[in-house]
Amino acid sequence: MLKINKWNVFFVLAVCVTAIYYIIPNIYGKSEVTALPKFLSQKQVNLGLDLQGGSHLLLEVDTKSVLKEKSEDLVDDIRKSLRKSKIKYSNLGSKITGAVVTITDPEKITTAKNSIKENIEKGIQIEESKNKLNLFFSDQYIIDTRANTVEQSIEVVRKRVDESGTKEPSIQRQGEERIVVQLPGIKNPERVKALIGRTAKLNFHMLDPTTVELAEQRGKLPPGTFKALNSDPTAYEKQFVVKKRVLLTGERLKNAAATVDAQTGRYVVAFEFDKKGAKKFAKVTTDNTYQRLAILLDNKVISAPQIREPITGGQGNISGNFSPEAANDLAVLLRAGSLPAPIKVLEERTVGPSLGIDSIQAGKKALVIGFILVIVFMIIRYKAFGIVADFAIIFNIILLISMLSAIEATLTMPGIAGIVLTVGMAVDANVLVFERIKEEIRSGRSILNSIDLGYKFAIKTILDANFTTLIAALLLYNYGSGPIKGFAVTLSIGILTSMFTALILTKLIVTFWVLKLKPKRLYI
Amino acid sequence: MGPQAKTEKVVHLNTMKFNINFFKYRFVAFLFSISLMGLSAFLFLTKNLNLGIDFKGGIMVEAKFSEAPNLAVLRDKIDKLQIGNSEIQEFGDSNTILFRLEKIDDSNMTQEQIIQKLKNELDDDTDYRRVEFVGPKVGKELKSIAIKAVFFSLIAMFIYIWFRFSGWQFGLGALVALFHDVLSTMGFFSLTQIEFNLASIAAILTIAGYSINDTVVVFDRIRENLVKTDRALEELLNQSINQTLSRTLMTSITTLLALLALFVFGGEVVKGFVSAMMWGVLIGTYSSIFIASPLILFFGFKKIEEKS
Repeated sequence: MLKINKWNVFFVLAVCVTAIYYIIPNIYGKSEVTALPKFLSQKQVNLGLDLQGGSHLLLEVDTKSVLKEKSEDLVDDIRKSLRKSKIKYSNLGSKITGAVVTITDPEKITTAKNSIKENIEKGIQIEESKNKLNLFFSDQYIIDTRANTVEQSIEVVRKRVDESGTKEPSIQRQGEERIVVQLPGIKNPERVKALIGRTAKLNFHMLDPTTVELAEQRGKLPPGTFKALNSDPTAYEKQFVVKKRVLLTGERLKNAAATVDAQTGRYVVAFEFDKKGAKKFAKVTTDNTYQRLAILLDNKVISAPQIREPITGGQGNISGNFSPEAANDLAVLLRAGSLPAPIKVLEERTVGPSLGIDSIQAGKKALVIGFILVIVFMIIRYKAFGIVADFAIIFNIILLISMLSAIEATLTMPGIAGIVLTVGMAVDANVLVFERIKEEIRSGRSILNSIDLGYKFAIKTILDANFTTLIAALLLYNYGSGPIKGFAVTLSIGILTSMFTALILTKLIVTFWVLKLKPKRLYI
Repeated sequence: MGPQAKTEKVVHLNTMKFNINFFKYRFVAFLFSISLMGLSAFLFLTKNLNLGIDFKGGIMVEAKFSEAPNLAVLRDKIDKLQIGNSEIQEFGDSNTILFRLEKIDDSNMTQEQIIQKLKNELDDDTDYRRVEFVGPKVGKELKSIAIKAVFFSLIAMFIYIWFRFSGWQFGLGALVALFHDVLSTMGFFSLTQIEFNLASIAAILTIAGYSINDTVVVFDRIRENLVKTDRALEELLNQSINQTLSRTLMTSITTLLALLALFVFGGEVVKGFVSAMMWGVLIGTYSSIFIASPLILFFGFKKIEEKS
């Protein structure tokens, strides 16, 4: 029998209050919302990067290169320990994750093994077969190394992004060796990308007095040197002969800042070493006065100044041919430190602010017009019942937005499309009920009975039908990324809210209308 | 009962009662659908999909110029940069140009350098509305994710319907109808050469959801009628389709109205997605009436009463 269920009234009222509670903060701007009284919700719908403009970057850390480096270090360690214990060896070489060595005298293999064991890290295991030693990284060691490398990379990337002045960046690990960087409202993504991607390994070497021309005439480089390019391709000196030995690294830096050199008026990067670094720097500059220092960033010479006098204060300037931005970026890189492994950009999605604003405008317009088209059509088709269904659509949109705010969902352009689509599809549940009521009336039942049965029969259909759509939406959420996820979210919530509005809200309205207001005529 | 009987006289039914013999047209429909699927497969194989960078990898730049540029001149300029194969087209209006650049794997230029080179070539006041880069690795991953998503959702729906309607004929009928919808939507993408990207996958899954929704409503009625009446199965199917037809049409119309608003006012970015959806709503509605339900009979579904 059709009657007003008190619990349903209570439920609907509770939902209304909750909806209003969550929708209020969306009226305010992002900064105003924090000023709202504590008893109000401060959760808002977030705008996706495609609506507010910004960059999404997917980075990959090349952890293999770290393992390769570690393998090469292992070779050095083996050489050192075998030399120390005076054991003859041959065929020493690195593998992808480990190293091999052949001990000349098979009887000394255990001594060799023990001597090496003392000098290597715990996670490295040694296997012996005949006179060969096989050193390899344990699985745990590899996992830890990779995890550490990614963690450190995230830290460095975070520092660089923070220093570049981007507001509210999000930097997160994804999977094993990937990093997702989201930069909302960024103006110059190219610059930030360049900042993030640089390894920024800073090394101090001495320049060899031999010029590149001289070395080429002789046909070979002096022993213990290598050729390095100038980082400024327009400079007079294109290449340098640099001594291999690393005197100091960027790890010893305490601070770096871009300033204007008082004498030349040019932009320079002033740096400061920590205590240990300052000591070493003092020694280097004392031992090599009047020679040229080579400051290398990622194996390119950024500056090769002559040491005019010993520098004991641990401070110095890097003067290249810097623009203000370049000097600033270099200072940022030096402050944030170098990346432990190279980083590659796998994917980039950048939306300019103008497209974001246009998209929001277009989305709003489409929503309003789609909404008007549907409500007019519903009134034409179902008369008074159409108005009830229209009320349900309005309520549905309000409920949808309030739920999106409650879970602080990210609204994207496909998400807006999902809302508009919901307007069209949400009436389905009501249509199912109304058509069923009509059928029952046609088959000769009374109005009250028809309405009662209409809802009863339609419920099962509505649940079954919506569940399948929900399956599609959930899979889309699971597999989709970014904007598509936003679509899946609005679509799923739209389905849930439309079930609520059709099965509970409109039922209550229709029941109240028929029972209490007792209409003289019933148009359906 | 007194007051109810009174009101009943003043009920104004907006009638839309159908009595179409859908069953009669089933072979015409099958023929039509088989040709449609064949045509879609043919288009898919010959014209292929216009794969976007999401799946193909590469660089896409949407740039708005202060005044409409000459496409031929622009194309010339870009060709001279030697940054790989490029496609240049208007996007929405004549001031907005969409560049699609294929990233060459063996070139030692990074995508940043390529984008920078392109930007250097264009006017300074150009508004870069979108810059997207998808590396070949991610493109491949996205492709496999997309295939998985579509595959698993079809399987999930098949299983759900199978259990819910306790008959594999229902599940298979729905699955074939879904396959029909998905394949013909792929055909639609091939024919129109609308860019096929991640949003297209979203469109396909939504279409699948929508189509199955329609199918479930009809199946549900069949199930109900199976218990209620002991008519011949053919007649029963026909009756069920007719009873739900007015709802099927209504929902299609309101959904199409909403989509129409999105198509006209929703902006260029969602246009491809929306046009695929419109096609999907039409084909999904058609398939649940003409394919899914008749197939139940075709697969040999029998009423339990007849067996016992």
